[in-house]
Amino acid sequence: MLPRLDALLSVNAGLHPDAVCLIQADGQRASYAALDAQASAVASHLRAIGTGPGDRIGLSAQKSIAAVAAIFGILRAGAAYVPVDPQAPLARSAGIFAGCGVRAVLCDDDVAGGLADALADRHPTGEGTGVDGLTCLPALTPGEPGDPAMAYILYTSGSTGVPKGVIHTHASAFAFVDWCSDAMRPTPDDRFSSHAPFHFDLSVFDLYLAIKHGAAIRIIGADEGRQPGALVDLAEKERLTFWYSTPTVLRSMLEFGGLEGRDLGALRVLCYAGEVFPTLALKAVARVLPHPAWWNLFGPTETNVCTAHRLTDPAGMADTDVVPVGVPVSGDRVRIAEDDGTAVPKGQPGELLVTGGSVMQGYWNLPDRNAAAFVTLDGDRYYRTGDIVVEQDDGTLIYHGRRDRMVKRRGFRIELGEIEAAMGRNAHLTRGAAVQVADRAGDIQIVHFFCGEGPDTSLLALKRYAATALPKYMIPDRFHRLDAIPMTSTDKVDYQCLKEIARGLFAE
Amino acid sequence: MIDDQLRSRIKRHVLAEFLPGEAEENLTSDVKLVSEGIIDSLGSLRLVAFLEETFGVTIPAHQIDADHLDTVDLIAATVEANMRELAVA
Repeated sequence: MLPRLDALLSVNAGLHPDAVCLIQADGQRASYAALDAQASAVASHLRAIGTGPGDRIGLSAQKSIAAVAAIFGILRAGAAYVPVDPQAPLARSAGIFAGCGVRAVLCDDDVAGGLADALADRHPTGEGTGVDGLTCLPALTPGEPGDPAMAYILYTSGSTGVPKGVIHTHASAFAFVDWCSDAMRPTPDDRFSSHAPFHFDLSVFDLYLAIKHGAAIRIIGADEGRQPGALVDLAEKERLTFWYSTPTVLRSMLEFGGLEGRDLGALRVLCYAGEVFPTLALKAVARVLPHPAWWNLFGPTETNVCTAHRLTDPAGMADTDVVPVGVPVSGDRVRIAEDDGTAVPKGQPGELLVTGGSVMQGYWNLPDRNAAAFVTLDGDRYYRTGDIVVEQDDGTLIYHGRRDRMVKRRGFRIELGEIEAAMGRNAHLTRGAAVQVADRAGDIQIVHFFCGEGPDTSLLALKRYAATALPKYMIPDRFHRLDAIPMTSTDKVDYQCLKEIARGLFAE
Repeated sequence: MIDDQLRSRIKRHVLAEFLPGEAEENLTSDVKLVSEGIIDSLGSLRLVAFLEETFGVTIPAHQIDADHLDTVDLIAATVEANMRELAVA
């Protein structure tokens, strides 16, 4: 039988039942045995309402012991969990849950009413029941069971304005987790930070790698997660040994959190992912830390982590050095290819194609997107990442950006098309187009250009509108009014021209 | 009572940094900067760095949230409260 993620908890609850598994922001702790019992209670409830293998269960909860118990309970009931940002607009979450036909939604009590209302006309739910600190909303007409191999579905920004559900199986998660075990050798004495929200694939590392090895996880709450000083305090006080976050978080801990001079001597593994770490900023952080093993982990949600690079001396890098995204890991193989799939010569830029154990099963119910996302070459199914890379002489890969209109910022993927689609639903705007540019500090800025007049098109009104239509991380940094959106001779939006205008905005 | 000069200095900064080009009269006292997504988490940190530098106060980390920074008036009140702390100490 294939290994299952939920077995990691049962096995470790048997091996060391009293060891601390989870520590919450408020100091509350759960042992392996306690978490195991909580997960069983969730699984029993879900089975009682008919949940079985191949079902999907929505999850909209802040990070907490109860939410982790819910994840393992969902898996134990044989279902896949579909986590969403509990802060996202409810209509977006409801659209996701309806789209994959969840059998039930487990959510924080304070969002239950709003979610039930948002689901009412697309995927109605019955009366909520309290289950282990969360509310369970059962769907009145759940979708048909899918593949029992599914473990979770992570929704990412979609270019057409509709989020895409990335399906990972127990096996594809294990391909990554097992590689981490070999590369980083966690032990039961390790203490992990768990910073990423559950709808973000970084959370897979914190949860399953730590629990696989019987280690402890310090759950970082949403509030303290936004306070760099609180993050530095807890890393020191809890003597954390594993840290995984985006470069933005590490930079803010240095710039605003007083990282310098603090005792982080326990830290032995530091991983970052989700965006490029500008070299100057990376060196600045590395200089004030002891010498943990630094890892740059790379890969879209669709492939888990498909390449990784171990940094040997980040503080000693030249300012102009570029950190590679590394070499294939997680049992994956890569090909750097032209549009037609032919491999480019070493040293030439090409699209990164990935095949192997950690690659997703596919997108939920999007046959056209699946057909476009994969290409079969010499009998292997490769995922087209859309990332442009160059292979260096030593075999490591260097990242050269995206081939499409996706932006990676602070670990989040943002499809500019999704911003355009959301802003396009604003009745006061006649036209719109979004671009990304780097500002003078090298940070990515998103500018939405629009046409439209009247009080409802003031910048303030547009920011407020965007906050109701998009998750916070997708709200454009700037809105800029134009009399007309520039077009190319073939009647397409002239994005190059818009980028020039946008660069001018940040050059001031 | 909140000092008008302090409030207008904060208002000008919020406009220039987070709403460039917006008319000043539109930034009314009921505009919720943090909870309506106008200032994101990184923006809050930059705002606090500006306040600390400009007004010579220290704003404790637990005050970097919507309860303390959501409107121009709240920001001004937070700065003033921390100025008083300074004076007492």
